[in-house]
Amino acid sequence: MTALLEIDDLHVEFAGAGAPARVVDGVSLSLAAGETVAVVGESGSGKTVTALAVMGLIDPPGRIVGGDVRFDGRSLVGLADREYRELRGRELAMVFQDPMTSLNPVQRVGDQVAEAITVHQPDVAVGAAGLRAIELLESVGVADPVGRSGAYPHQLSGGIRQRVMLAMALANRPRVLIADEPTTALDVTTQAQILELLANLRREVGLALLLVTHDLGVVAGLADRVAVMYAGRIVEEGSVDDIFSASRHPYTRALLAATPRIGSKRGSLVPVPGVPPNPAALPHGCRFHPRCALAIDACRIEVPELEPVRSVPPASVPARASGPAPAAVPPRTASSETAPDPDHGLDPGHRSACFRADDLS
Amino acid sequence: MSSRIGDEAARARAGALDPVLAAGGDDLWSAGGRWRPAVRSFRRHRPAMIGLGFLVFMVFACFVLVRFAPSPTDLHLTDPHATTSGPSWSHWFGTDLATRDVLSRVLHGGQISLQVALGIAVLSTLIGVVIGALAGFYGGWSDSLLMRFTDLWIALPAIPFLAVAVSIGTVDLGPFGDFDLGSPLGITLLLSMLLWGSIARVVRGATLALREREFVDAARAVGASNTRIIVRHVLPNCAGPIIVNATLVVAEAILIESTLSFLGFGIQPPTPSWGNLLDDSISTVEQYWWLTVFPGLAIFLTVLAVNFVGDGLRDAFDPRRQQVRA
Repeated sequence: MTALLEIDDLHVEFAGAGAPARVVDGVSLSLAAGETVAVVGESGSGKTVTALAVMGLIDPPGRIVGGDVRFDGRSLVGLADREYRELRGRELAMVFQDPMTSLNPVQRVGDQVAEAITVHQPDVAVGAAGLRAIELLESVGVADPVGRSGAYPHQLSGGIRQRVMLAMALANRPRVLIADEPTTALDVTTQAQILELLANLRREVGLALLLVTHDLGVVAGLADRVAVMYAGRIVEEGSVDDIFSASRHPYTRALLAATPRIGSKRGSLVPVPGVPPNPAALPHGCRFHPRCALAIDACRIEVPELEPVRSVPPASVPARASGPAPAAVPPRTASSETAPDPDHGLDPGHRSACFRADDLS
Repeated sequence: MSSRIGDEAARARAGALDPVLAAGGDDLWSAGGRWRPAVRSFRRHRPAMIGLGFLVFMVFACFVLVRFAPSPTDLHLTDPHATTSGPSWSHWFGTDLATRDVLSRVLHGGQISLQVALGIAVLSTLIGVVIGALAGFYGGWSDSLLMRFTDLWIALPAIPFLAVAVSIGTVDLGPFGDFDLGSPLGITLLLSMLLWGSIARVVRGATLALREREFVDAARAVGASNTRIIVRHVLPNCAGPIIVNATLVVAEAILIESTLSFLGFGIQPPTPSWGNLLDDSISTVEQYWWLTVFPGLAIFLTVLAVNFVGDGLRDAFDPRRQQVRA
C-alpha cells in the first residue's frame, strides 16, 4: 500500500504585526486509501490549518513556507489555482466544522449539491445534476431527499445540514475526504449518526479520511491512526491503541486525563494546566515544556524529534535535570538520523516527540 | 390586528418546522422562500406600501392612462378653442402659454423622467456591483485601486460636471454617429457615472464580510472558481443592500435630473421632462401657478414614494428589525 496523501515537513506561517506566527511547523503525515487518520489537539494547535493547506485554501496573510503536500505522488504546493481547482472537490474534498455557516443561506440545498457536480462536470444538464443531487442526499441518509433538496439551509436541522455538506463533498467521488471537526457543532445523537455514516462511506467507497478533531471520543470510534498535534507540531503518532492505552507523551496523557468517560468518578477530570503558547512567540525547546510536569532541562533547550518509541524501556534512563544543560541532550538524537524509514511514512508505528517518552511506558 | 400578526407568526413557525411545506415555492420571492420574512416585513410597512401603490399608479398613468389624456400622442397639440387657463374639466391641470394640455405634458414628462431614473438606477447598480464586488473580493492593491477610482467619481461635483458635459452637446462617435449628451440616453449615462459610487462602496463592504464566511470556503473546497463564487455565493447574499440602494438611487436620479433640467442643462426641450417643465414655467409662476405646481408635485410625490419604498426595503432586509417584528 502506498500513500495517497502525503504531508511532508509542512510549514505554514501567518504574517502579523511582529514576528510571523508559525502555525504549522514541520508536520509530516501520510494517508492511504481506505485509511482514517485522526489529527487531534487543542484549539490553535494547527490542525485546521494543516487541513486547509492540503486543500490549498491558505489565504494571505497565511503562507506555506516549507515542505510539501503530495496527492497520488503529485506535488500540490505551488500548483496553479486552475489546476488546484480541478483537484478540489474531485479528488480532495472537505467538510467543514459548522454546518450552520458552511452552506449558502440564499441557495436551496439541492442546488448547492448540484453545483458541486456541475463545477467539475459542466456538461451535465441542470436537471440531471438536480436528480443526482437528490440521489446523493438520499445516500447520506437525508429522509425525504426530494422535499429537502428544495429547502433553504435555515429550514434544516444541524444534522441534516452536515449531511448536505457531506453530499456536496462526495458529489464527485473524491478519494480523500478531510473532515474538520465534522461533529463538533452537532448534538450527541446526531454526532453518532454522522460518524456511522463516515465509517460506512469509508468502507464502501474506500475513502481516505483525514479527521481533524479535538474530540477523543470521535477518534476512538473511527480512526486507524492518530496524530496528536501541539503548537504546530505532531507530538505523538500511533494506532488508536497506542495512543489511548500506551501513550508515550505527557501532552497526550494530559489530554486523555481531561476527557470524560462513562463510569469514571466525579472529579476525576484533570485539566491540562496553562494555555497553549502564542505561535508568534513559541517557547524554546519542546513547546509543551512550560505546561509539562515531567520537563527536564533538555526539554527547554532542544526540540524533541518524533521518533519510534521503544517497546521495552531502556536500561539507562536519560540523565535527570542535573549538570550543565548541553550535557542533558539525550542520547537518542544521534541514533535517529540513522534510523530506517519504513515504507516512507506509511504506518510508521508508534512515535513520540518527547525526551522522556521511555519513562512513560 | 394583533390576531392577524399572531396568525402569520403561527404560519411562519409551521413553515420553519416543515421544510417541505416551507419550500413549496419556486423562487426566492415566493411565500416559502428565504426572503419570506423580508416580504412580510415590507408588507407591514404602511408608508412603503402606500409609496409602492403610488409608484405603480404613476407608472401606469404615465405609460397607459396618458393615452386617454387630451393630447395623447402629439405633445405639441394646441387647443384652438382654449386660452391659457387654469385647471378645468376639459384640462384637469390647465393649459400652458401655448395652450397645450399640462396634464398630458406632465405625463409625457413623467415617461422621460421615470425612464431616465430607472435607467440610471439599473446602470449605476451594474457598475457599482461589478466594481464593489471585485474590490471587496480580491482585496489588496486591486481593492485600493478600485476604491480610489470610486472616490474620484464620488468627489466630482455633480452639477458643474454635468453642466460642462451637456454644454459640450453633441459628440462625434465616429462609426456610431453623433451622440447628444443632452438627450435622455445621454443624461442617463452621465448620471449613472456619478451615482454608482455609493453602490460600489456598499457592495464592497458586504463582499468584504461575505468572503470570510465559511460557505465561501466550502464553495472553494468544492472547486468553485472565484467568478462562480462571486456570482453565485457572494452577490445573492448582498441582494438586500443592493436593492435598497438601487431604490434610493432612483429618487436621487429623479431629483438630480430635475435640478439639471431646471437649470437648463438637462433634457432639452421640446422633449418634456418634469425638470424642464418646471424651468419653463417658473418665471410666470405668479400668474400661471398650475404650470409649476403640477410638475413640481409630480417630482415631490414620486421622490417621496420612492424613499418610502426604500425605507420599507431597508427595514425588511435588516435582520435586527425582523427579529423584533417576528
